[in-house]
Amino acid sequence: MLEVEDVDVYYGQLPAVRDVSLAVPDSGILAVIGANGAGKSTLLKAIAGQLPIRKGRILFGGRDISRLPAHQRARLGIALVPEGRRLFKSLTVEENLLTALSTKRKGPWSLDAVYERFPLVAERRGRRAGDLSGGEQQATSIARALVTNPELLLLDEVSLGLAPAIIAQIYASVPLIREQGTSILLVEQDVQQATKASPDVHCLLQGRTSLAGRDLDLADITRAYFGG
Amino acid sequence: MDYVNAVVQGILQGGLYALFAAGLSYMFGVMRIVNLAHGALAILAAYGALVLVRSGFASPLLALLVVVPVIAALGYVLQRFVLQRTLSDSPLPSLLVTFGMAIIISNVLLLTMTANTQQLKLGGLGTASLELGSLRIGVLPLAILIVAVVALGTLSLVMAKTQFGRLVRAVSDDAPTVGLVGASPKHIYAIAAAIAFGLVAIAGVAFGVSRGFDPTSGDLLLIYAFEAVIIGGLGSLWGTFLGAIILGVVQTVAATFDTTLFDLAGHVVFLAFLIFLPNGIIRR
Ligand SMILES: Nc1ncnc2c1ncn2[C@@H]1O[C@H](COP(=O)(O)OP(=O)(O)O)[C@@H](O)[C@H]1O
Ligand SMILES: [Mg+2]
Repeated sequence: MLEVEDVDVYYGQLPAVRDVSLAVPDSGILAVIGANGAGKSTLLKAIAGQLPIRKGRILFGGRDISRLPAHQRARLGIALVPEGRRLFKSLTVEENLLTALSTKRKGPWSLDAVYERFPLVAERRGRRAGDLSGGEQQATSIARALVTNPELLLLDEVSLGLAPAIIAQIYASVPLIREQGTSILLVEQDVQQATKASPDVHCLLQGRTSLAGRDLDLADITRAYFGG
Repeated sequence: MDYVNAVVQGILQGGLYALFAAGLSYMFGVMRIVNLAHGALAILAAYGALVLVRSGFASPLLALLVVVPVIAALGYVLQRFVLQRTLSDSPLPSLLVTFGMAIIISNVLLLTMTANTQQLKLGGLGTASLELGSLRIGVLPLAILIVAVVALGTLSLVMAKTQFGRLVRAVSDDAPTVGLVGASPKHIYAIAAAIAFGLVAIAGVAFGVSRGFDPTSGDLLLIYAFEAVIIGGLGSLWGTFLGAIILGVVQTVAATFDTTLFDLAGHVVFLAFLIFLPNGIIRR
């Protein structure tokens, strides 16, 4: 499905991601973890096409997409739920979802289907997105990504700043999304949350891979997470 | 009765300003670009129609069918390949580039079309008028007012109800994120610019059939449009329409006292708005 090969991403002269390789299999799930500033968001933006890579390749369904702009990657089936939700604030919730029809992709996630899955979003469909609570915004941002009917869903710290009950609700939708055949690459600072959602974990430390594997030992993860 | 007449004439006058200011307002609302070439583009469109009429088009109205798409296409290309590169947190780069465009356009027109005053001829329609009691309403200015209302109404509807409209609003909220939902922000900006340029082309031809113009007439037009946009409230289309009508009425009413007050009164009202109501009538 997704293969990231030996990728570097820079902000000007400053490297943020170095020599990172990872893969997400068809209908699979992978969690990328790391401390604040480790390069997790940078990696997801590079996969979604919002940042250029300086070295390496990104393959999607076997095809090299390294040079495609973001909107073409979205049309191929890559959807990013960005850090900070990034809803269109002056648009209503429903209008936010409707913008996602621009990918023109067919699939199970119609507006009705996401409303059924996220009653919280359905209730707020007429509200301006800027007026929603944090949890409602996060659910709307995930719903918007789903309406693109992605083959690969990138989730950037969807638990950030939310109450535990809301986080549980949001993570409860992850298996349901996978049931529809969508692969997931999720990014978390919260190691427990990440290991609960995905047996495969990829740990970043200051832009580099510090550990990667399946069903890892928590002590090893902690060491890879903080360094030393 | 004189005042009633002045107000009616002012509203009609405002229709032309509204048509003219709409494109300026739209480009500012969507991409935060103040297009200083707006006036020059209108005059370019008027000359375009003039050239077509001289080369055999039966009427300036027919010439619109060519001029509007050509200027709109120019808008798409300029936005996509020139103005797109000037978008940044600072308004200066786009101001400089559009100012340069204005100078280039008026100088090319001076070189190729001379400084002589021209007018587009509409035949009988240009001078026809309706009598309403003691009021005389010119058919041409009335038609221009109607075109302005229809154009703004259509654009507002497109912005509110269509996928394109949603994407334009989304792009002014958060352009990079629009890429994530499968639309190209650059393409959307460029289409918005094409719409603004198409509007200014209509306004330019409307101006050309209403009055004489020369290659530098765009300067004053730009000032009127700018005043209408500020009075109405930046970025609001109907606000701009109201601002244009107010400007037209103020000018014609003041001119009933003394014709030399026409421009001055408009500028004074504009300054008053800047001082006392800097956000304009309709806040966005
Ligand atoms: N827009 C930016 N410009 C310059 N440096 C940035 C920018 N965004 C992030 N960085 C830097 O890149 C590194 C990785 O950031 P980020 O990918 O946001 O980390 P994470 O998501 O893991 O917290 C950090 O050192 C951060 O300071
Ligand atoms: Mg981050």
